[in-house]
Amino acid sequence: MANLKELSKKEGFLSGGHRLCAGCGASIVVRQVLSALDDPVVVANATGCLEVSTTIYPYTSWRSPFIHNAFENAAATISGAEAMFRSLKKQGKIDKEIKFIAFGGDGGTYDIGIQSLSGALERGHNFVYVCYDNEGYMNTGIQRSSATPRGAWTTTTPAGKVISGKTQYHKNLTEIVAAHNIPYVAQANPWRWNDLVEKARKAFYTNGPAFINVLSPCPRGWRFDSKDTIEIARLAVQTNFWPLYEVENGVWKLNYKPKERKPIREWMEAQGRYKHLFSPENEYLIKEIQEDIDKNWEKLLAKCEGK
Amino acid sequence: MSGTKKLGWKEIPEGGLITKAGNSVTYETGSWRSVRPVKDEEKCTNCLICWVYCPDCSILVSDGKIKGIDYSHCKGCGICETECPVKAIKMIDEKEFTD
Amino acid sequence: MNNKMTAITGNEAVSYAIKQINPDVMAAYPITPQTDIVEKYSEYVADGLVNTEFITVESEHSAMSACVGAAAAGGRVMTATSANGLALMFEILYIAASNRLPIVMPVVNRALSAPVNIHCDHSDSMAARDSGWIQIYSENVQEAYDNTIQAVRIAEHMEVRLPIMVMFDGFITSHGIECVKLLDDDKVAKFVGKYPPRYPLLDIDHPVTYGPLDLYDYYFEHKRQQVEAMRKAKKVVLEIGKEFEQAFGREYKLFEEYRLSDAERAIVVLSSTAGTTKQVVDELRAKGEKVGLLKLRLFRPFPYQEIAQVLSHLKAIAILDRSDSFGAFGGPLFTEIRSALLEAGKIPHNVNYIYGLGGRDINQNDIASIYADLEKIVKTSRVEEQVKYFGLRE
Repeated sequence: MANLKELSKKEGFLSGGHRLCAGCGASIVVRQVLSALDDPVVVANATGCLEVSTTIYPYTSWRSPFIHNAFENAAATISGAEAMFRSLKKQGKIDKEIKFIAFGGDGGTYDIGIQSLSGALERGHNFVYVCYDNEGYMNTGIQRSSATPRGAWTTTTPAGKVISGKTQYHKNLTEIVAAHNIPYVAQANPWRWNDLVEKARKAFYTNGPAFINVLSPCPRGWRFDSKDTIEIARLAVQTNFWPLYEVENGVWKLNYKPKERKPIREWMEAQGRYKHLFSPENEYLIKEIQEDIDKNWEKLLAKCEGK
Repeated sequence: MSGTKKLGWKEIPEGGLITKAGNSVTYETGSWRSVRPVKDEEKCTNCLICWVYCPDCSILVSDGKIKGIDYSHCKGCGICETECPVKAIKMIDEKEFTD
Repeated sequence: MNNKMTAITGNEAVSYAIKQINPDVMAAYPITPQTDIVEKYSEYVADGLVNTEFITVESEHSAMSACVGAAAAGGRVMTATSANGLALMFEILYIAASNRLPIVMPVVNRALSAPVNIHCDHSDSMAARDSGWIQIYSENVQEAYDNTIQAVRIAEHMEVRLPIMVMFDGFITSHGIECVKLLDDDKVAKFVGKYPPRYPLLDIDHPVTYGPLDLYDYYFEHKRQQVEAMRKAKKVVLEIGKEFEQAFGREYKLFEEYRLSDAERAIVVLSSTAGTTKQVVDELRAKGEKVGLLKLRLFRPFPYQEIAQVLSHLKAIAILDRSDSFGAFGGPLFTEIRSALLEAGKIPHNVNYIYGLGGRDINQNDIASIYADLEKIVKTSRVEEQVKYFGLRE
């Protein structure tokens, strides 16, 4: 169980002075994840908001060793670093314990980076991959990714006269990763920091690949006020849009069940990227999206209850 | 931050490496703010919720207690005000301050 | 001295060299005609004969990405590829070089698609000539083996710290069996020495950031640093070549001049075709013809001054390119040599022969006919066709 007083005593691997937007979910996610560590860590980062804003030459916000390679290869890069560690350890040239983590946005994880991620998971490297899912290619100006939810406005899925926002539902990457049968997979959220920190701890201290998909609300891309980041994250969980669960050695476990599921309308009303859905001709979309969420929730429940 | 002369190619580390870990602390993003958080010392219970939700590592904690706010980096997002369970933080317009 | 004489293919010899170098990490993906290298190496790994952590990545892009991660972590890293595998690594090649990571990569030259062709030409490594990698070409199996070993020292030199590709011809050298002198394990280990780390990620007491965002105020300066390292690489290639010669008796310089100094006509060529040419030179010389050969070894950095010096006395030269640059005036070697010749006081007649694309064979008669063409040029003082496609069916 994470204890904030204990966590606050650690120095923290991310320093202030980074240039992420005010209220950015990604830095909250990174701070919470890395606070679970009791060991030194090597961080790899895919190109994206986090990487670009924390390493504008000559400044770096990273107090840990850090490597950015390219957009689609954070998992391959960390595989190499981890393999070097294992090689040097085997040769007796290193005796410390070092952890390895790759951070990637949904762009660098769900889409362009999925091959590299899949390969690293399949090979069984001892590393953690955290996807900070802000549901779009935010760094390049809010374009759609496969993580963008159905109906959402993005610059490449605008709400126009003929098409109203993204037409596809978002890809369920967490389940794709779980299908790799790695020791630890989880879906988390920075609102429930305790759950996220505990999941990060499990991920770091599991032997083998571990993956956490963390919802990372984006004030700029989702169109809400920067002060509401955590509230939006909370709504995502309470509407069952972003269920919190983990798959530990193949055993599915639900970590949070809202007492009463909030309607997805509430989630949408809080974000400007959905405002076009509230016109009469688009009502059916909200209905279909609600049905999809409810269907997926039932499927998840069934998995978690071992049916 | 600004005003430092930029170094030439012979003077910077090879390969684009940044060898000073965490040196972004010298870059003051506090200038981005239009509102700043002000903590009511009496209401604050040191629950540290603001600390765990601050995107900019700007809630300063020492020995389990809130020491203050790092105004050189705080961007004024307002998450701390929204999330504080006892409403001990208020976002005040920067115009009210002279520093 | 050392030197076990063995009949061995290029791939096997290079795989053996890698075994003797014993890198800390190898991340590789199979592609014809490189496959034997990784297959043979897998056997060494499976038998516990090397310390290497062998990452069987899922693509060449991930191979080079993992190599970058491993090299930045701080250790000796190698890989190998060909053709489209090299092309797939393209963006990461630049990243490896810009991050100054001394990765060593044998490249078994094969044509780039499309259409798919698994045979030898130089289009793959030529396409990467701007990437910032040091590029060395090997004529035969002996050179492929020796160059791979020297490559480690060249790349890791503290004044260089650049990745390096060692080329040899697909199928011709990679699968051809030749008589080669292999070195003893301990001699190779001594020659390559221990890996000298520089800002390793695994040095957690001194955390570094690799691969930041440069805005327009720093990118240019970082590139200029790479230019400087490339310039220094030429000197280092010579130094390591000298050291290799002193240790093992085989000479390696920037290029090989074969009966060139008193020649009137010469061919300039890379890789295995040089072997064929040497035989033709000997036959023609026996008939009294003043012909010679310049076999280029170091392509990047391009030793333009030295090349200008050794070519300027000739009356006519034929520059043979086993790749083309569509839309350019001639192939890559031709363009570079001509540019270098401008440095000389006098520029010989020069012609470009683009040959051997997709493994189209070139034999002694072909080479002899090229020397005959050069003779016509010398006699008439005229070049009729500057860029020719040799061995093509019209």
